[in-house]
Amino acid sequence: MNEELIISGRENLMVDPQLHIWHWPIPLYLFLGGLAAGVLFFAALYYLLGKEDQYRTAVRRVPFIAPIALVLGLAALFYDLNHKAFFWQLYTTIRLESPMSWGAWTLLVITTASFIWCALHIREFFPNWDWKYNWLKELESFFNKYKKQLAWVILIFAIITGVYTGILLSAFNARPLWNTSVLGPLFLASGLSAGAASIVLASKNREERLLFTKIDLIILGTELFLIVHMFMGFLASTQVQQEAAELFLGGEYTMVFWIFVVVLGIIIPAVLDLMELRGKHIPALIPGVLVLMGSFAFRFVFVFAGQVSRWLY
Amino acid sequence: MRYAMAVDTKKCVGCSDCVVACQTENNVPIGYCRDWVVEVMDGTYPQLEIELRSERCNHCNNAPCVRCCPTGASHIVDGGIVLVKPNKCIGCGACIASCPYDARYPHPKGYVDKCTFCIHRVKQGMKPACVAVCPTKCMYFGDLDDPNSDISVILKKRKSKTLIPEAGTQPQLYFLI
Repeated sequence: MNEELIISGRENLMVDPQLHIWHWPIPLYLFLGGLAAGVLFFAALYYLLGKEDQYRTAVRRVPFIAPIALVLGLAALFYDLNHKAFFWQLYTTIRLESPMSWGAWTLLVITTASFIWCALHIREFFPNWDWKYNWLKELESFFNKYKKQLAWVILIFAIITGVYTGILLSAFNARPLWNTSVLGPLFLASGLSAGAASIVLASKNREERLLFTKIDLIILGTELFLIVHMFMGFLASTQVQQEAAELFLGGEYTMVFWIFVVVLGIIIPAVLDLMELRGKHIPALIPGVLVLMGSFAFRFVFVFAGQVSRWLY
Repeated sequence: MRYAMAVDTKKCVGCSDCVVACQTENNVPIGYCRDWVVEVMDGTYPQLEIELRSERCNHCNNAPCVRCCPTGASHIVDGGIVLVKPNKCIGCGACIASCPYDARYPHPKGYVDKCTFCIHRVKQGMKPACVAVCPTKCMYFGDLDDPNSDISVILKKRKSKTLIPEAGTQPQLYFLI
């Protein structure tokens, strides 16, 4: 028998008996940030490939999700801070060792860029839009002139946004479940699949829908591969990581992970995507909503389960 | 200069005086603590072994909390003591999540709080409150670079261990075994 007792009545709020410093705002932000990264990535990519007219929804319309998601996500992050009045301290320094620091700067760039991108395409939704002030008109023509450069900035920072949310968690070696480098690409893949699913949901063009269904299928496959890869790594690693994997392999998060994230969020939409590509007509709503829900559930399960996993001593 | 602390697990009786002394000395809000006592029971009755440990921040050489801090509020001062600047801390919780010892907690005022090795006392040549108050004198504090300090002498004399050194933190809180 080995029994450990804390006898001095330690009960620090949000730390004991189990770490729970991060509540719903963090996974909510991770989902919204990933979604914004996904839609902006495809918008910039297909603009740079010169297919703006062919894939109009992806390049011009769906990116409007991004600034909304980012602002909501930032609001969630701000709400989660315990010392809110000092949030500006984030922008007095760049600490490359801290993913949260360069993540904060990345968010500043991508949020601004997403607003500019949407401003350039505002006439998609309001054909008679008028900027009223001359300096705004000048600004619009300035960014229209350098739209290619703007698209490159968006493309690169969308990837960084997608990856950093995973790296942020994987940097915590105190939480064995998060402490795997697969998390970066896995979060990126999850964000991209949410982006592709949004385009499929929004598009009315059959060719565009088929392209993004295909892309979605490839990303979902990659995600499944990364998840298997992650568990192989955990089970071949130290005791603490084996125990972390146990949370999903019989432990308290088993059901929610395998049912909501893997089966409903990845496997079923992938099968539906495949059926659609084989010519069976599947309402786009079903796989699209399932992918978004899976991506959402994935962040929640991971943030909460990660705080349960710990080193034992 | 490298400050460190050692706790004699054979002499500690688990009275928790160190905890109360710290709460009083540092105005720790009610319901929170910067140090705590752990009792580990090993074996099957009647062959039982008990280890008592007064634990706190390990003031790691390779401190994950300092690495994760996005603003630089968590920092290391001369002597290796890990501190938090309250007016630089945004209360994001990254350092709390990054600590394998769960040694930090969110102060009700918003910033993150933790053991400071009573730096305000140490600067005046006194021992940290927990060390000073211990009724069995089971705790040792001092400068590892000074071969004649309490800590250097006791670590030379006795066998010791640190907590989960495999987490890569290079902890500086020693337990005499």
